[in-house]
Amino acid sequence: MTKWFQLPRLPSGRALAIVPPFLWLALVLLLPFLLVLKISFADLKFGVPPYTTLAQLQDQTLTIALNLRGYALLFSDSLYITTYLNSVKMALVTTVCCILIGYPMAYYIARSHPSIRNVLLLGVILPFWTSLLLRVYAWVGILRNDGLLNKLLQSIGLISAPLEIYRTDLAVYIGLVYAYLPFFILPLYANLVKLDDRLLEAAYDLGARPWRAFLSVTLPQSMPGVIAGAMLVFIPSVGEYVIPEMLGGANTLMIGRVMWTEFFNNADWPMAAAVTCVMVLLLLIPLVLFQHSQARQFQGRKRGRA
Amino acid sequence: MTAPNPHIRTLVLVLGYSFLYIPILSLMVFSFNNSSMMTSWTGFSFKWYVALFQDQALLSAARLSLLIAGMTATASVIIGTWAGYVLARMQRFRGFYLYMGLLSAPLVIPEVVLGISLLLMFVELGTLLGWPDGNGIFTIWIGHITLCVAYVAVIIQSRIRDLDRSLEEAALDLGASPLKVFFVVTLPLILPALMAAWLLAFTLSLDDVVIASFLSGPGYTTLPLEVFSRVRLGLKPEINALATLFILIVGIFVIVANRMHWRRGSQESRQ
Repeated sequence: MTKWFQLPRLPSGRALAIVPPFLWLALVLLLPFLLVLKISFADLKFGVPPYTTLAQLQDQTLTIALNLRGYALLFSDSLYITTYLNSVKMALVTTVCCILIGYPMAYYIARSHPSIRNVLLLGVILPFWTSLLLRVYAWVGILRNDGLLNKLLQSIGLISAPLEIYRTDLAVYIGLVYAYLPFFILPLYANLVKLDDRLLEAAYDLGARPWRAFLSVTLPQSMPGVIAGAMLVFIPSVGEYVIPEMLGGANTLMIGRVMWTEFFNNADWPMAAAVTCVMVLLLLIPLVLFQHSQARQFQGRKRGRA
Repeated sequence: MTAPNPHIRTLVLVLGYSFLYIPILSLMVFSFNNSSMMTSWTGFSFKWYVALFQDQALLSAARLSLLIAGMTATASVIIGTWAGYVLARMQRFRGFYLYMGLLSAPLVIPEVVLGISLLLMFVELGTLLGWPDGNGIFTIWIGHITLCVAYVAVIIQSRIRDLDRSLEEAALDLGASPLKVFFVVTLPLILPALMAAWLLAFTLSLDDVVIASFLSGPGYTTLPLEVFSRVRLGLKPEINALATLFILIVGIFVIVANRMHWRRGSQESRQ
């Protein structure tokens, strides 16, 4: 209580360290998103900027007009709902595929001899560093009707007519899994490599079969890594634009693409803002899960240090 | 210790790494193809590399992108190191969870969300203050810093957590100010992480299509924007040549950096 009456102190060194980066983050992330929320309630207007203002001070009365056109359209036009559902479905399938391919890879990398481990890890990091745009482009040459995959399958006589993969949903799935696989492997590897071997040895000593030991010792312990990796795949996949644009067909419905069209082709900024807001709302639970896993990683490490 | 089944291990790793590397290798091989039909091999040729270096649009886009990437990496390392240090060392303050959430959000938030929200902020600022006057290098720069700071902060905070605090505490006990301790003790210790973070920010900026699409204005076409506008319609062999050069340069950098890091690590463990 006495604190209230104290004279204002000079800011401490600690506060001087904390405030500037906090201010930066608020300015480039929090404020812009609040503006998206605001503009999602505006109406389309011809001019610069191409949307109306919400609050108007006229004859000393402040009028605030919330325009729900964007949201009304979102929930009445089945195209948008279908697109949201389809984006979530595609991101989910991508995440499951990344788990199925990435878990064994991360597991065997973590269990390799340290000298090989470093090389294997580098093999996962390297694609992560090189251009995503160019790596997705590489799939165009492989998946086209006259592409490498069809040529190969035809030359060994497995198929007679080329498979239609390029410009279909399947191509988008391949591109998404390919692009996001390193994002799943790296956090899971970091988790697996730190696991306590003694627990596994104890399980074996007690007569557990390898499969059973894996299910009851390794898998539960690696769940934080799986969740962190899965969120790193799922959340950005939902709003992905480049991959469906390059590999998908005209009817590959993904929300990032729809938002892009509203913004750039239709120049309907309030609509694009509304599409974005609902996308973020949809991602809120996975985002909280991701933040939670980040926070837990911190606290776990703090406790380990103490 | 029971060893994992070697056959399954080999199978998993061979299949997994083939999936990761066959597209990259096919891209590189076909950059030397004589024909513009990228799908059948007709002979060895350097002609797409020659075409690449005569392509003025690509070259000027590359110059712009390298400039922005350098500016982005430098600014991101400064802001990201600061933010990462606060994250690692000062955890008890009001709004810590908001701070942590905002700092790591760009790691997962779809880039279209970052792009539109920053653009709308610049537009609002422009109508309120008359600044920034239109989109260009500055707006792309801020957008890329927003993305890269998150990656830099993750790298830096994990390195700072692994530091032995006794060195910093010794310097504090000897009467150095916290600011001096940071610059004289902490910073030299995390220098390799700073370099890795700079390189990662540089490559992230050099690769970004989505944020730059929202934040670039007429006359400011970055390299990924130019590449994307060409390849969204199909195969372009000169882009294969560009990709090969890009992947080779980045690959050599990453391998050399990793080697240095690894050798230093083994030296430390020997001591």
